[in-house]
Amino acid sequence: MSQISNRQVICETLLDAAKNDRDIVVVCSDSRGSASLAPFAEQYPKQFVEVGIAEQNLVSVSAGLASCNKKVFAASPASFLSTRSYEQVKVDVAYSKTNVTLIGISGGVSYGALGMTHHSCQDIAAMASLPDMRVYLPCDRFQTRKLIEALLEDDKPAYVRVSRSATEDVYEENMDFKLNCANVIKEGADAVIITCGELVPYAVKAAKELEREGYGVGVIDMYCLKPMDEKAVLDAAEKADLIVTAEEHSPYGGLGSMVAQIVSAGCPKKVVNLALPDGHIIAGTNHEIFQYYGLDDQGIKRAVIAGLSQGLVK
Amino acid sequence: MDRLTRKAYELRRDIIEEVYRSKAGHIGGDLSVIDILTVLYFEVMNVNPESWKSEDRDRFLLSKGHCTDALYITLGEKGFFDKQKAIDTFSSFGSVFIGHPNTDVPGVEMNSGSLGHGLSLGVGMALAARMDGRSYRTYVVLGDGEMAEGSNYEAMMAAGHYGLDQLCATVDLNGLQISGTTGETMKSDDLGEKFKAFGWYVIEVEDGNNCKQLLAAYQEAEAKKGQPSVILAHTTKGKGVSFMENQKKWHHGVMTEEQYRKAVEEIEGVLA
Repeated sequence: MSQISNRQVICETLLDAAKNDRDIVVVCSDSRGSASLAPFAEQYPKQFVEVGIAEQNLVSVSAGLASCNKKVFAASPASFLSTRSYEQVKVDVAYSKTNVTLIGISGGVSYGALGMTHHSCQDIAAMASLPDMRVYLPCDRFQTRKLIEALLEDDKPAYVRVSRSATEDVYEENMDFKLNCANVIKEGADAVIITCGELVPYAVKAAKELEREGYGVGVIDMYCLKPMDEKAVLDAAEKADLIVTAEEHSPYGGLGSMVAQIVSAGCPKKVVNLALPDGHIIAGTNHEIFQYYGLDDQGIKRAVIAGLSQGLVK
Repeated sequence: MDRLTRKAYELRRDIIEEVYRSKAGHIGGDLSVIDILTVLYFEVMNVNPESWKSEDRDRFLLSKGHCTDALYITLGEKGFFDKQKAIDTFSSFGSVFIGHPNTDVPGVEMNSGSLGHGLSLGVGMALAARMDGRSYRTYVVLGDGEMAEGSNYEAMMAAGHYGLDQLCATVDLNGLQISGTTGETMKSDDLGEKFKAFGWYVIEVEDGNNCKQLLAAYQEAEAKKGQPSVILAHTTKGKGVSFMENQKKWHHGVMTEEQYRKAVEEIEGVLA
């Protein structure tokens, strides 16, 4: 198990890039510690801006900097970044197409027992519905580095959600990475699990167990929620009888909704959406929460078997 | 009549034309803010079509974006585009001259329209100037009704904290908003004290429709080092058209043909 969290990797990647680029600017809202960006603030104080606990200002100040040719990374807990400053994101980042990468840290239910105020279970829906906003949920440290390196190369808005704790390695260093192309981790003729972020390792484990039990189950890591890799989704739907989506998000407007839109229009097959409930989320560690709501390997496995044993669209 | 005052009245005539033709726009605020825009664009700021791509140009943000007729007319007069095109197509199908400033219009720095964004954007621009060692200044114009937006106070705090002396805000204090006076709608009479409390240098302009007074205030602001400056410009909503002055219904009123003729007659009377 890797001990390096995705947020730490973001800091390392930005530190590397800042060696040769004085225009990279990090903006935090009393979040440099929780975002693991304190080393950046220490090494590049002139490229670091603190705005205090003021997320609206965080986003608009970032947009103002970006309008003056800065490559801005604004980091704050995903919960506050995606909803408290939503209008600033809509107007000053998305509508104005500013070069701001929003880093939503401790996303989803990372904060566990801190409760509903700190969960960000609507950020995919909120961000994906903004024109010109891109949405990414990388799973492990290697993919996170590749993603940030790719985003440093362009000047368009993006929202990146990462979890709080270190996640299991799914890939290897120098993995093949192409921006906006899903990673087909495994192909499957019976069912394909499409997932993203922290749930990817659970899906991989579920697929392996199912394989041993005689089911052909594939896994797609759809780290690029928007623009979604439609081809990868349709290729999966053409080959398999069942699509199961699993996401650390509300059941509305997230990965499952988007995959279902693509599948129903392009290659109708049964789509089962596993998500957090449309309700108050139980307290616990993120793993306990995933387990409780059937988003862990065993929950995903049960859903695949149940889906395959029920009526399928043929 | 001095050059700037004449210019402001000529632009008033164009604004009235644009608003009358389109039956849209926010004429009351357009007429209160136009002297501020005139002084900034024709005397104070280094902003023109030739230097538009220059990193050293001054930055301007109309945070009270609904008064975009005044901005479009000013930018047209400045030569960013054919002013007549704005007058002819404002708010019409497919026009870039929509009811709030947007970057499809040459000369507009940032999109605006939702209130309470401009000052934070300005903080970002002023911080970028400092990082790059550039001397350009950032000017943000806000409405007094807009000062009820809480995000302004986050921006005021940050500007004061960083002592952004290349940032200059102007509040168009015309005293009226859509529901009535700003005081009745939400108490706002101690704005200067609020800015001071956040570390700003406050300049009161007794007559915010007087170009000479405004120019002196902008010169004073530029000379002030170590602090951001705010100019509290006490203006008259609907300034220059007697039946519109200090009337809340002219926040975004539509003129009849008779009112239009009367308005133009009054402006031309001043210019004669």
